[in-house]
Amino acid sequence: PVPSLHQGHLELIRTIRTARTQAEEREMIQKECAAIRSSFREEDNTYRCRNVAKLLYMHMLGYPAHFGQLECLKLIASQKFTDKRIGYLGAMLLLDERQDVHLLMTNCIKNDLNHSTQYVQGLALCTLGCMGSSEMCRDLAGEVEKLLKTSNSYLRKKAALCAVHVIRKVPELMEMFLPATKNLLSEKNHGVLHTSVVLLTEMCERSPDMLLHFRKLVPQLVRILKNLIMSGYSPEHDVSGISDPFLQVRILRLLRILGRSDDDSSEAMNDILAQVATNTETSKNVGNAILYETVLTIMDIKSESGLRVLAINILGRFLLNNDKNIRYVALTSLLKTVQTDHNAVQRHRSTIVDCLKDLDVSIKRRAMELSFALVNGNNIRGMMKELLYFLDSCDPEFKADCASGVFLAAEKYAPSKRWHIDTIMRVLTTAGSYVRDDSVPNLIQLITNSVEMHAYTVQRLYKALLDDISQQPLVQVSSWCIGEYGDLLVSGQCEEEEPIQVTEDEVLDVLEGLLVSNLSTPVTRGYSLTAIMKLSTRFSSVNRIKKVVSIYGSSIDVELQQRAVEYNALFKKYDHMRPALLERMPIMEKTASNGPTEIVQTNGETEPSVPDTKHPPLVTQPANQVTARSHDISVFTIDGSFFVTDDVFKNGLKIEFTFERANPNPNIAVITIHATNTTEDDMTEFVFQAAVPKTFQLQLLSPSSNIVPALNHGSVTQVIRVLNPQKQQLRMRVKLTYTHKGSPVQDLAEVNNFPPQSWQ
Amino acid sequence: MQFMLLFSRQGKLRLQKWYVPLSDKERKKISRDLVQTILARKPKMCSFLEWRDLKIVYKRYASLYFCCAVEDQDNELITLEIIHRYVELLDKYFGSVCELDIIFNFEKAYFILDEFLLGGEAQETSKKNVLKAIEQADLLQEVRLHTDP
Repeated sequence: PVPSLHQGHLELIRTIRTARTQAEEREMIQKECAAIRSSFREEDNTYRCRNVAKLLYMHMLGYPAHFGQLECLKLIASQKFTDKRIGYLGAMLLLDERQDVHLLMTNCIKNDLNHSTQYVQGLALCTLGCMGSSEMCRDLAGEVEKLLKTSNSYLRKKAALCAVHVIRKVPELMEMFLPATKNLLSEKNHGVLHTSVVLLTEMCERSPDMLLHFRKLVPQLVRILKNLIMSGYSPEHDVSGISDPFLQVRILRLLRILGRSDDDSSEAMNDILAQVATNTETSKNVGNAILYETVLTIMDIKSESGLRVLAINILGRFLLNNDKNIRYVALTSLLKTVQTDHNAVQRHRSTIVDCLKDLDVSIKRRAMELSFALVNGNNIRGMMKELLYFLDSCDPEFKADCASGVFLAAEKYAPSKRWHIDTIMRVLTTAGSYVRDDSVPNLIQLITNSVEMHAYTVQRLYKALLDDISQQPLVQVSSWCIGEYGDLLVSGQCEEEEPIQVTEDEVLDVLEGLLVSNLSTPVTRGYSLTAIMKLSTRFSSVNRIKKVVSIYGSSIDVELQQRAVEYNALFKKYDHMRPALLERMPIMEKTASNGPTEIVQTNGETEPSVPDTKHPPLVTQPANQVTARSHDISVFTIDGSFFVTDDVFKNGLKIEFTFERANPNPNIAVITIHATNTTEDDMTEFVFQAAVPKTFQLQLLSPSSNIVPALNHGSVTQVIRVLNPQKQQLRMRVKLTYTHKGSPVQDLAEVNNFPPQSWQ
Repeated sequence: MQFMLLFSRQGKLRLQKWYVPLSDKERKKISRDLVQTILARKPKMCSFLEWRDLKIVYKRYASLYFCCAVEDQDNELITLEIIHRYVELLDKYFGSVCELDIIFNFEKAYFILDEFLLGGEAQETSKKNVLKAIEQADLLQEVRLHTDP
């Protein structure tokens, strides 16, 4: 059947639903739209309404309907109620306030706000309160304010919510609604009461002055709430035995805002909160909704400790509720309060831990976060058992966070070093592929510093490698350990458990296996090759190691190749240096003083953030370069220049920093470096690089040249511009590379005490 | 409340009420993505989820999903009651409401919603009063129709 223009939209809907394919539907719609368009062009008043209705249906199916926008406006302007109803609906669906055409509604709405029929006024208020733009709200605020004072509760309640919208759009207009709020709460009508409380809440949230002003309403609000609770059955507002739960919840929320950080108000609401908390029926969702709001209020205001404990206990009971929604909100709330009411939340720890086994992903996540928040020195063993079990079986999306959480908790509260190592092992073996990249250096540092556990650790890690070489973080940590402590491994020195019998060749087999395995990433291969190299000073099978190293000298992987070439060189030319270079790593100190900054920029270009390298490089650098040093350089100032003492930079290289203030921007410091060379050989290919903490920005201009001539016969100068908007103490990490006497040299240092004049 | 969507198990939108300003394109994208996300959830999961930076509350009634996006400070449990109240209103109005009623009388579904919520907040907490207002407005519609030429 062909849809007819003169029939209502029901027919159209029926017809469209008979379409068997998307293409068929589209065809019908196109035909219908064409017909509607021509009808619109003919300015046909009689059928406009039903045509717009049809259009709205098609719009809901996803088809374009913008050509109906103006028609909606015409309907709104009509005198027929049917027209207005559809017109306003169309406006709310098809227009959005960012298009100019919606402004054409303003006049109609204004007229309709003053219409003789309240249902027309209602339509206008509803539309304005739903989608009114700032301009419309400005134009019509006066009308809304008038209706806020009417005695007609049908209109008054709508005006209140409309006012909320106006205030959200044009906050400066809030003041004008103040007088009308005077006796809003004296209303008996629940609709007006509810919307008034919403309005008052909005005003108090936006303006501290309003908040102060409305604080005096607390007793009245308490009374209204009390009446709701104490009053007998009221069929009109009853929901499962509770009288107007919507209003109760809103009042509780307003009380929260009024009682926050005010002792007197908090005290005034204490009793009613206790009453609601203890007397509300908990068998249905509606009662729990009220309890939930009550708990939120208790926790936010200045309530006495007894009340707070009551609130937390309610949450504890929520955790045992069969309804998962209730468990969800309980966990969310407990997460918010675990810092401030830690002991009270601790009491519910076992219930929280049980929630780790919940089927719902959101509940599991919250339970996990809460569990970590509750771990302390007393419960670490038990909690960790549960959390490791959770790690074993949880979804992949949790594993990274959980692993990190376990590492952190273990670091803080480990009861023994052995336990700590075992815990790390457990994480690496069960969730090894999900562990974050930055865990590897952290773990290595931890292992290094647990001196008495070295033998045990390397043994366990070696055994883990025999089982599984697919999890890269595990493999990397293991490789590193074997490289460091392989001697302990083969000598069977383990005290903590039965020492394994393993030969040097077997260990090298495993490490070489990592090099060739498809499962190993390039980074892992790097670890593995370096480990093999280190064993050359710990094992006797040096020839085998030499062979491996020379093979990889022609590896396709450039990183691996470079290492192999340099290790080769170590065997050939620098064999006397090899033992010293490859000796056991010392205990690494965590440098707390470096603070949380991340070095971001070098050479004026932005690089992706490099993780804070608090730890020295973990893989030994090629033999003829020296690893980074980081210490304060003595700096002394003379007349606006300052010097860096030259015993920091080696080989007779001296760097002098001078500074000046850039005009007109006082936040920019211009620092110039002057590099000079006292030795007999030139320093060629000289490159100066600098990096600064994140709050600074750095720009390096081109250097004057890249040869620092011998015997002070000239210098390289380079300008550094530093933007320091936060006026923080300037620090800089400096890296120099150059060639001297035929060999490449690299030097790293930190300049930490720039004189204040250079950055203030 | 920022918006409310009603959709079928096949993902067809039956009602969309937006209380925040968004272009047609943005609305379409949000609807599509959110509907897919919710349809992918298993029955044992709870009615709340965090999606983008919104709190979503949803519940299924027969073949229709009722889905609301609420603000951070909004009480999720009472939002479930809001949804339930709306379903009750539809039920009373249509007499044992089903999805077809909402398809064929979508404009009525909107009118009822607009007498219950305004700007995303409940304007009337009495079921009776909402239904009475709709009744009267419907009458007004018929009266005018008869007196038109």
